[in-house]
Order: sequence, then C-alpha cells, then structure tokens
Amino acid sequence: MRLSSKHLTLIIMAALIVAAPFFFPSGYYFRVGALIFVNALAVTGIVILTGYAGQISLGHAGFAGIGGYACALAPVHWGLPPALAVVLGAAVSAALAYLVGRPILRLKGYYLGVASLGFGILVAMVLNNERELTKGPDGIEVADLGLRGLLKDWGLNLSNGEFWYAFTGLCLVIGAWIALNLFNSPSGRALRALHGSEIAAGTVGIDVARVKLQAFVISAVYASVAGSLTALQNKFVTPDIAGFMHSVEMVTMAVLGGVGSVPGAILGAGILTLLPQVLTVFAEYEQLILGLVMMLVMIFLREGLVPSILRKIRGRGE
Amino acid sequence: MSLLQIERLGIAFGGLRAVHDVSFSVEPGEIVSVIGPNGAGKTTLFNMISGVYRPGSGKVRLKGEDVTGMEPFLLAARGMSRTFQNLQIFQNMTVLENAMAGFHLQERGPVLADLLNLPSSRKRTRMAEEGARALLARVGLERAADREAGNLSYGSLKRLEIARALAMNPAVLLLDEPAAGCNAVETEEIDHLIAEVAKSGVAILLVEHDMKMVMRISNHVVVLDHGEKIAEGPPEAVSRNPAVIAAYLGTEAADADR
Repeated sequence: MRLSSKHLTLIIMAALIVAAPFFFPSGYYFRVGALIFVNALAVTGIVILTGYAGQISLGHAGFAGIGGYACALAPVHWGLPPALAVVLGAAVSAALAYLVGRPILRLKGYYLGVASLGFGILVAMVLNNERELTKGPDGIEVADLGLRGLLKDWGLNLSNGEFWYAFTGLCLVIGAWIALNLFNSPSGRALRALHGSEIAAGTVGIDVARVKLQAFVISAVYASVAGSLTALQNKFVTPDIAGFMHSVEMVTMAVLGGVGSVPGAILGAGILTLLPQVLTVFAEYEQLILGLVMMLVMIFLREGLVPSILRKIRGRGE
Repeated sequence: MSLLQIERLGIAFGGLRAVHDVSFSVEPGEIVSVIGPNGAGKTTLFNMISGVYRPGSGKVRLKGEDVTGMEPFLLAARGMSRTFQNLQIFQNMTVLENAMAGFHLQERGPVLADLLNLPSSRKRTRMAEEGARALLARVGLERAADREAGNLSYGSLKRLEIARALAMNPAVLLLDEPAAGCNAVETEEIDHLIAEVAKSGVAILLVEHDMKMVMRISNHVVVLDHGEKIAEGPPEAVSRNPAVIAAYLGTEAADADR
C-alpha cells in the first residue's frame, strides 16, 4: 500500500508537470514553472531534515550559494564542464555540512538552527567580500549548461524556457523519488524514529548523532543542486542566493505545504513562488499578504496544507 | 558469570545521594524485580544501568564486559534493551513502523542504497516488516499494525513498547513499570508476556509498583529505600522482611505493630 502511494505521488507529479504547459497563456510561464521546481527541490531537502528527522536549519541558503557559485567559478578557473561543477558544488556542500554538523549534532536541542544560521551568513559574507573571486555583490556570470545545444544536435529543438522547465521538472521528480525512497527505508525509519523520541531511538540502537548528520548532509546536497540549477538557468548568480531571507523562504515553503510531506513541499514551493507573481499588482502589500497566509495556515492547518487536507479526506472516508 | 552484574552503583545529584552502593546480578532466564517506595531511586538506578545517566561510582557489567556509562545505542548493540515508565513511543509512525524500528540494528545498511531503493534496501525492509508483524502477533497487536501509534490505548502502547524492545532480540531486558496504568486484564497479559520472554532465556530486570505482579513473577527481589538496598532475596522472604515492611508502611506503623 505504501509503495503504491509513493508511485501514485510520482505519477501525479509527472503528469502535472507534463500537462501544465498546455494551459500556459505565454512562454513566460515556463520560467515560473522552472522557478517553482527548483525551489521545490531545495524544500524537499528541508522535508528530509526537518520533516523526517525533526532538525531545524536556518542556513540552507549557504549550500545553495555554494552550489550556485561552483557553477560560476569551476568552469572558469578549472575548466570544469558546468555539469561537473554541479557535482563539485554538491560534494563541497556535503563536506561542509559534515564538518559543520558533526560537532553540533551531538548536542540536543536547537543548536543546529543557530549554528547553521551562522554558517549561512558566513557563506553570504564570503561571496560578498571576496571580490577577486566572486566579483562581490553585483554577481557573476555563469556558463551555459550546454545540454540544450546537445539536444538540438539530436533534433530536439527547445526554447530556453521550455528546456529549463523540462530539465528542472525532471530533476524535481528524481529528487522526490529519492526522498520518498528514503521515507520508507531503514535509514528513513531511523530518522523518523529520532524525530518521534530521541531517547527511545537510542535504546533501539540508533546512533542518533550519526543519522542526524546523514539527514543534514543529504539536505545540504539538495540545496546545493537547487542552487546550481538556479545559477545555470539564470546564467548569472548573486550573493543573495546565500542570503538569510532565502534560508527562511525554504523553511517557510516547507512549513506551509506540510513539513513531513514531499508533495506538501512542492505545493508550498509552488504557492510561495507564484504568490509574488500574482501579487505584483499589490506589490506593496506582498509581504503583508504572505504573512497573513502563513498565520492562517499555522492557526487552522498546523501540520501544513497537504497533511491537513489528507487527514480531512481520510476522516470523512471512515 | 552473570549476564548483568551491578557492582556498588551510586549517583548523587548535588549532594543528594539518589542511589548509593547498590549491587546485585541477573542471570539468563531470571526475572529480578527492583521495588521500593516512591523516590527510592528505582528509575534512577534503571537510567544508570541503561546508560541514560552516567553513574557517579560503581560498575555495570554486561556479559562480563564493563559497560558503565556507555551510551544507550552502544548498549543496544551489546544486547541490552529497555522500556520506559512514561512511554517513549514514536508517535509520528504507525504501529508496524514502531516495531520495525526495533529491528534497526538488523535492518540498517548503506544510506545510498536506501536513497536509491536498491534491492538490498528493499530486502532489509522486508525482513524487518516480517519480523515486526510476527512480534505484533505475539503481543496481540497484529490488527492494529497500520494504525498511527498515537491512537492506541495505553495498555496497547505498553505492549507495543515491549514488542519494539524484543525486536532487538536482547540478552537483557529492562522493564520500567510495564504494568503502570494498566487495568487488571492488561496487567495479566503483560504478566504472561514477561514470563514467556524470560522462559526463552532473556534476563529480565523489572521495576514495578504492582506488588501482586512482582510477587507472582519474580525469581528474585531487590528492595531499595532512600537509594540504598535494604533487602534482597526470593519474593516470599522479602515480603516478610521487617525492614521492607517498615520502609513501605513507615517505621511508626511498624512500631505500632509491635
């Protein structure tokens, strides 16, 4: 039954991604869609860290920054193809997550939240101030991924918007598949167990510090890849990608949709990416409306949109 | 050599000697109960043995090996398992998943295989699921397998916790008030379960308030008062011990008796 619910989620996701373009009034919406998918990918990492394992990070934008700048710098300085730069960024992010998380995750409580906050700010500062390398706050150009040209050679001619829509959509489906695999696996059970009761997790032999670190590293890789995709798509990246507001945005998206649920993460990312686009008319009130939406969700649907709605449907079914 | 050996264990919390100089041992297949009035230090003793607190003095030996102050997850790998007085259930998981989590040491594997859902990962999950279903049947929870653990009755949760502890196939099982808050029927069920587990060769250490249960199933009773061991022996002998009666009823009552 669980297995089919995983496959059902993935099939619905893929179907929505394929079907949505038929309703796009203009090519601009491919860009909006790709933005949603990239955000959703980063938020899926937050679901693993916060929703599965119950740990909080306020600095995941730092990993997005590392992923983004890896794509800007590695091709120029080391002649790495952009696709390998994504891998390099993910590896560096994983290593840093390991180094930052290892001492902190032995402690109980919210130390990770504070330390990751510091880490995120540190990355943003380095990106802003190391002008020699990063060109500072004005941002830096990013090389072309090259995949679209390759597809063209093979006879598949996509516009830039279409390509990024399809490519980030595919990445999101893969990311969701991995997260859903984890949920029902021995490692995922250990993460959820420690979320349920750290003390009981210890008594069944779960090395709590070790599995927390696993979750932190995995979620850092998600954020890093999402950061890389953002940079490659925009062909440009600024230090804002590593900014504190971006970290908060990720957590907010996860909480809005339902932090324990992968479809919830995607819905949360979708809503909070779309809202500013819809609200451009009321640009001055955007923050106000966002805040209001968050408050209403927290008051009436505390578990987030998707889990709360599912519970209502199931409750009615019984 | 005893399976579990407690040697002169003690701990103080800021001047208060919560447990002082307590020694006893548990053999395979034996049920040893620790009793004593409220505040006698039973749970503190338990927490020291199971690695939640680090003892201030003394030693804990498991299969002859010194495991004093070792972290709970390392003790688990060495064959010690426990339940909690105030339940520690994974409320965010189903009943089946709770029992499966008990198989962690057997089902864990490379995280990469789990992320990619490789056949090896599916096989480990299947193994844990089969084992968990068998255990749930043993404690009478097989029909609740897919329910959220949080929705179960108190007595069922107590049994679920025992099932999870048994999943590890422990050599030593520590039960902290397994019958607390249970009605007479539930208590009897838990009773039978514990006796059955002991019969399979597991060494059981029990903290329990329910004196009838203690007297019925224990092979050996250790009595604590004010953190110190005041008596030890077979249940009948202990229940007649004047020091024990005094501790439970108060010295004045014992004096008045005379």
